[in-house]
Amino acid sequence: MLLKLVPQETKVNFLGMRKVAAVLSIILVIGSLALFFVNSLNYGIDFKGGITVEVGYENKAVPLAEVRELMGTLNLGDVSVKQFGSDRDLLIRIERQPGGDAEQSVAMTNVRDRLSNVFPELIYRQGNIIGPVVSEELKRDGVLSVTIAVLAVLIYIWFRFEWQFGVGAVVALLHDVLLTVGFFALTRLEFNLTIIAALLTIVGYSLNDTVVVYDRVRENIRKYRKMAMEDVLNLSLNQTLSRTVMTSVTTLLALFALFFLGGEVIRGFTAAMIWGVVIGTYSSIFVASPLLMFFKIRRESMVLDEEDDPTVDKSRPSQFENF
Amino acid sequence: MIALVCLYGAVTALPNFLSEEQRAALPGFMPEDTLNLGLDLQGGVHLLWGAQTEDVVNARLDNLADQIRDISREEARRRDVPREQRVTFTDIKVTEASVTARVRNPGLTEQARQKLIPLTQSQVGGGVAPVLGGGVQEVELERSDDVFTLTLTEQGIEIQKRDAISRSMEVMRKRVDPTGTKEITLQPQGSDRIVLEVPGASDPEEIKNLIGKTAKLSFHDVETNLSPDDIAKGRLRPRQKVLFTREGQPIVINERVIVSGDDLIDAKPAYDRGTPVVSFSFNLAGAKRFGTHTANNVGRPFAIVLDDEVISAPNINGPIPGGQGIIQGVGNIKEVNELSTLLKAGALPVKLTVLAERTVGPDLGKDNIDKGSLAAIIGFVGVIIYMVLSYGLFGLAANVALITNLILITGFLSLFQATLTLPGIAGVVLTIGMAVDANVLIFERIREEQRSGAKAFQAMERGYGQALSTIMDANITTFIAAAILYFLGSGPVQGFAVTLGIGILTSMFTAVVLTRYILSTWLKRKRPTTLPI
Repeated sequence: MLLKLVPQETKVNFLGMRKVAAVLSIILVIGSLALFFVNSLNYGIDFKGGITVEVGYENKAVPLAEVRELMGTLNLGDVSVKQFGSDRDLLIRIERQPGGDAEQSVAMTNVRDRLSNVFPELIYRQGNIIGPVVSEELKRDGVLSVTIAVLAVLIYIWFRFEWQFGVGAVVALLHDVLLTVGFFALTRLEFNLTIIAALLTIVGYSLNDTVVVYDRVRENIRKYRKMAMEDVLNLSLNQTLSRTVMTSVTTLLALFALFFLGGEVIRGFTAAMIWGVVIGTYSSIFVASPLLMFFKIRRESMVLDEEDDPTVDKSRPSQFENF
Repeated sequence: MIALVCLYGAVTALPNFLSEEQRAALPGFMPEDTLNLGLDLQGGVHLLWGAQTEDVVNARLDNLADQIRDISREEARRRDVPREQRVTFTDIKVTEASVTARVRNPGLTEQARQKLIPLTQSQVGGGVAPVLGGGVQEVELERSDDVFTLTLTEQGIEIQKRDAISRSMEVMRKRVDPTGTKEITLQPQGSDRIVLEVPGASDPEEIKNLIGKTAKLSFHDVETNLSPDDIAKGRLRPRQKVLFTREGQPIVINERVIVSGDDLIDAKPAYDRGTPVVSFSFNLAGAKRFGTHTANNVGRPFAIVLDDEVISAPNINGPIPGGQGIIQGVGNIKEVNELSTLLKAGALPVKLTVLAERTVGPDLGKDNIDKGSLAAIIGFVGVIIYMVLSYGLFGLAANVALITNLILITGFLSLFQATLTLPGIAGVVLTIGMAVDANVLIFERIREEQRSGAKAFQAMERGYGQALSTIMDANITTFIAAAILYFLGSGPVQGFAVTLGIGILTSMFTAVVLTRYILSTWLKRKRPTTLPI
């Protein structure tokens, strides 16, 4: 007997829930934006500039309070000292030093010298300096890459489907990106370069989900020409439901393994991805699909398109037929 | 075909699972490249340097002005033509991007032009890299009335900068890796950046010390006839300047360079009466100049100046004709070693500053590998079990595809010498999760077809056929995201983009082509009426 998380044939009225879902999504998006503007994000040094140092002992706890006190005497502005992963590791963050790139290096040398003077056995596990020039560039590139990704996707979907699908997919994507940003504003998890990578992967994943549903919608529009749009959408969502759940579960399996076992460095990244997979799955069902109803698709054009669509399988010779 | 691709993947991935001796024993046609581990997995120092390339432009302009002065001086000394017929210049000024000079005798503008034209044809970098300057006009010559203007062209400036970057990289390599045994990476980035990666290094300070200094060495005559009062009040002769020793003592030197670091052919640490010193030797021209100077100035001191600081100012006890000598007062043996390396590598053509720095300790790198691979294995096993539970025999086929996919990814990463980083491992894990998506799509479709009454082979045929367009769309969109990450990302993020991108391509092959082959072979052999899915 095979494991089936979703029963063979489901008849969930997803579109019936579209008003509730719309209200929920709007509240979440507004909430995320509000959090972003009020709380801002806990930017990492990638975007803010500054210094991080990770130090630790081989097999005993590092005296947090004493390190904190020592750092306080160095006159480096805003310094935070926190445990990192375990009590044997400390992460020290130092705000960007006034002045240029050279001043950052000087501060780093100062920190290392003082630490090894007072705690000679301390192991220097990693250190990062991001100067003002580079952090500005990284910030610009980050915003640029997410924007380009969303635009590229819009163009691709438009080209492969109809413009309504493109807009629907992009609205769903923006929804996911904004909610993820909101998630970071709420949890105060560090927002750094790897989170941009996570955002783009979420864009890819969420889109993957949306495209699968849209593909089925297009197929069903062609198949059931008289069916009401709402029913076509519901049918398509139900038909793809078990796949949606399967894929989300396998991806989440891999992600949770990374989250718990992959170490502190990529924890923020995997947290963002887990959130993104959940949100992406939600948005392709409750945001991307209802939007198609909202935009009113011209069905005739889609039926006509089928003739020239090279990916529609019409008469391919089969390797299963030669029985 | 399918078998060929899989075999190739296996062969290219193979070296990663062998020990070094086994790799060395492989026959020549087998690939030997292993995965390139990123710094976060290997440990090491990554430094992004910004070069002040404007310095090169300014230096070039100063050099042009000097050349005009030289021409003028030479003309002034001519005895074969009357004074008013000599082409001399005055008001020689360096402005932002040009040099201006006025001809003393306004009647000689044409002769003056002839004198200046050769300057516009000089090669780049003092003749070090003539290839770069070939056929390009570097300097433009203009005249209004009796004033000539020499301007560096856009192209000229560009060439100067590029040349400075490539010369800097050469010097950096010699300084950081004088023996050529470390596998350091040096890469230009944009027009004024250099990335330096030193795997296995754990002290960024050491590297920064080696590169942060321009190491401009020069020997000067010392002015001894000035009282401390004169020095304090700045009563100096032209072309003299006050420099300080490390102890802060002022010394007045004549700016004219007797010999410079460019004339050094060797420098190494040595001991002189128990204290560490740098012992050096000059090339022929340097040795000759140094010999003449020391012969003419016995009893007087000379100053050894490094980056505008007087290292020592010894007295000349007698002529030094052999072109060899020692530099005292450098400091302890570590500093002596450092200076020897710097001098041997030569001076940097531009000043370099650290824009960003990343250091990963070696044990943290190992930690990252351990954690990353553990997570990958657990995630992988979880997905494999889940697929078998959900799709039975079909799940097994998908799992074979998944394992092949992992081998292919490893193979391609080794083949292209792409760098595997910790986010890269995350990319692999994510690909595991998403690679099965294609199979899930196909299998769900087969189930559906079977439910609506299709026979075994029909259900299979339609499942693969119908799912294909969806799989294409879904993967292309993710690939777009990976491509953008690759082109706009940096360092570790690029590593993630590479594995994700390669993973998408290989998974399309294994999940669609390979499983189809496995399942159709099984179908032909067993000929079941319904599929066990």
